[in-house]
Amino acid sequence: MGYFAVAIALGIAARSAGIGAGQAALTSLLINASAGEYAGFALIAANASYIEVALMEAVANARYLLMSASLSQKLDTRTKWWERLLLGFTVTDEIFGVSVAVEGRLSPYFTFGTFIVATAGWTSGTFVGAVLGNVLPVRLLSALAVGLYGMFISVFVPEAKKNKVVACLVAISFAASYAFEKIPYIRDISSGIRIIVLTVIISLGAAIFFPIKDEKDENDENGRRDVKETKEAVENDA
Amino acid sequence: MTHNVFIYIACMAGVTYLIRVLPLTLIRKEIKNKTVRSFLYYVPYVTLAVMTFPAIISATQSPIAAAVALVAAMALAYWGRGLFTVAVSACAIVFVLELFTHPPTFLAEFLAKIF
Repeated sequence: MGYFAVAIALGIAARSAGIGAGQAALTSLLINASAGEYAGFALIAANASYIEVALMEAVANARYLLMSASLSQKLDTRTKWWERLLLGFTVTDEIFGVSVAVEGRLSPYFTFGTFIVATAGWTSGTFVGAVLGNVLPVRLLSALAVGLYGMFISVFVPEAKKNKVVACLVAISFAASYAFEKIPYIRDISSGIRIIVLTVIISLGAAIFFPIKDEKDENDENGRRDVKETKEAVENDA
Repeated sequence: MTHNVFIYIACMAGVTYLIRVLPLTLIRKEIKNKTVRSFLYYVPYVTLAVMTFPAIISATQSPIAAAVALVAAMALAYWGRGLFTVAVSACAIVFVLELFTHPPTFLAEFLAKIF
């Protein structure tokens, strides 16, 4: 259901980029990645080169590299090579979240089932959005246009709440992105390239200066905190 | 130069599939390099933030409505609301505010009568 509503907004974006409803649905069926598709449509609207679009997809979907890498650790060791090839097709933010939450080793067929339900809503929503794009009044389009950004926000804000570094990065990203749109000469660079450049520079800088803690370290810290809290609790009781 | 939409889609699908499938088939051990892991961890959040602002401001008819929606969506997400609630609330805020900034004809006439 949530998929369907966001997909409608995506279909509208496709429409304004001059992409047909069938083509938009095909894109959703084959790619099923909101941010990647949206960025791709924006580049297509700007008549960008194929290489620019391919680069953009690589950057916008780079997180799937990490998710796939993490899933590869969790997969049932008996998973066959062709099941792995199929599974690669199904890695999205939500499906990854559901798959990781499974206890113990993951059977690829659990993920396949989830994927079929999700992608049906995703593809049909994109189609409906692209078809209705010219029927819907301007004010409705205007309202739906922020839906996609709302979705982006609901991905980075919760992480920023948990992690101070991510919170700072979000602020830096906002400011830098704004500056890049205003500064003469830089603002003439295509928006896709600006997004790629900003993402790589900011993420790389953060990775060098604020490397993430290993899961082991985190567990240790949590463990120590638990002990401390238990001690305090005992003292309070006394 | 005009480009073929199907070739665009093929480029997007090919790159995206490779990104997803290569780690699953090639990586059998955990990535040890701290910088690479940190980079991959930060990338999605930075990309999404860069794409959100200031683009959201020019996505609607009224920049003010979009700005209010941006702040409200961030507040809702901060208070733990889900993806769907945040996205729909942002849409609703823009829709309601634009009734005032860009009133439809009947509403404009009605407001003119009152004030």
